[in-house]
Amino acid sequence: MRFVDEYRDPAAARALIGRITDLAGGDAFKFMEVCGGHTHTIYRHGIEHVLPENVELVHGPGCPVCVIPMGRVDDAIAVASEPGVIFTSFGDMMRVPGSRGNLLAAKADGADVRFVYSPLDALRIAVEHPDRQVVFFAVGFETTAPSTALTVLSAEARGISNFSVFSNHVTIVPPIKAILESPDLRLDGFLGPGHVSTVVGQRPYRFVPERYGKPLVTAGFEPLDILQAIYMLLAQIREGRCQVENQYARVVREDGNPRALQVLALVFELRPHFEWRGLGFISQSALRLRSRFAGLDAERRFSIPGLRVADPKACQCGEVLKGVIKPWECKVFGTACTPETPIGTCMVSSEGACAAYYNFGRMHREAAVALRVR
Amino acid sequence: MCLGIPGQLVEMVDGNDQLARVEVSGVTRVVNVGLLEDEALGAGDWVLIHVGFALAKIDEEEAELALASLQLMGRAYGDELEAFWASRIARAGS
Ligand code: SF4
Repeated sequence: MRFVDEYRDPAAARALIGRITDLAGGDAFKFMEVCGGHTHTIYRHGIEHVLPENVELVHGPGCPVCVIPMGRVDDAIAVASEPGVIFTSFGDMMRVPGSRGNLLAAKADGADVRFVYSPLDALRIAVEHPDRQVVFFAVGFETTAPSTALTVLSAEARGISNFSVFSNHVTIVPPIKAILESPDLRLDGFLGPGHVSTVVGQRPYRFVPERYGKPLVTAGFEPLDILQAIYMLLAQIREGRCQVENQYARVVREDGNPRALQVLALVFELRPHFEWRGLGFISQSALRLRSRFAGLDAERRFSIPGLRVADPKACQCGEVLKGVIKPWECKVFGTACTPETPIGTCMVSSEGACAAYYNFGRMHREAAVALRVR
Repeated sequence: MCLGIPGQLVEMVDGNDQLARVEVSGVTRVVNVGLLEDEALGAGDWVLIHVGFALAKIDEEEAELALASLQLMGRAYGDELEAFWASRIARAGS
């Protein structure tokens, strides 16, 4: 239990681990954490090593940077390379590999690619450069999509005509469904995403217990939150219950953020289908601008190649994103694929499972193995 | 980009009910509070900020918990803070 000493409240952590161990007994359990933020906490704090060996955590698809397919990065680079364009992107997206390099490489080749913190920063750049076309590379789940939506509404209200959004926003429920339908994974329950749920609330997850018979507990980002949520999952199972529960009620409300949901519905509509890295095409899983905002839609303003590009052969991100393999089981992990030279997306963002494991998990694992040997 | 960072509201920006000045780790920047239109927001309130937008109102205890665990994240949080500091939303005048 030496890792526990780094926790904010080691006594509470020990107590929770004890209860988890008791409840799990001799049975094996596999829970998926959907959200990349949770993956980060789990590796950062060595949670997998403080849990009994029969309680396993597998990582899910909830890192929006990780699920962007190569073809969309190629599309982004194509737009960024158009004459007169200023292409703006969150920092995380700059190093995501396309089939022929990433946005940083496009910048080095002369494209005007700029990193922004907020879509509103992109809009400001448009105001400051009325003679240029400014495109914002929008990615993220329902956590970031409302921000893009408000930015679009602001651009419309102010009549800013040299600004557009390349929308790659995705929604959280369809990939959970895809994973539940996938034959190669047996799961006993889910840790529900934290910040996405501040927007969507708890209701959209009800199908998980109702239709698939698996419990889901929305969890916060502290190590104690994760342990508590695991305990709540096991308690449900042992008591014969199967529900959506909220461990993170101090931030997440049952109804989410109604105002955010309202602006989402006003600005976006579901695409018939969208390609996810490693998960393939998932129907109604992504958002595009409604036709009212056609003038602000980069996909209508520019001709986008829209080619489908297969992932590199060596890359096993798909299996990592579905929780089928652990990061270290990928053949190129830590050798050809590192955060400095990522082959796959999961190595790029700090919330990607491979990067999180590369940065923190390895030490914990090595230490845990050494302790066990002794 | 997925990190939510807690900030404390200093004041609303004059003449614009969508923008507020918030303090994060001693630095003040402007964020959009349009997603919290239905909440009564005032100076001293804590909010969770995502990509320049306040996404949820939180209490002080949660803000402290979140800050403490973000600080443990090391580089990921440092990068997010740097990005936040570089943001100049105010000048968009939106
Ligand atoms: S190690 Fe690299 S290629 Fe392999 S799954 Fe992780 S990110 Fe993908």
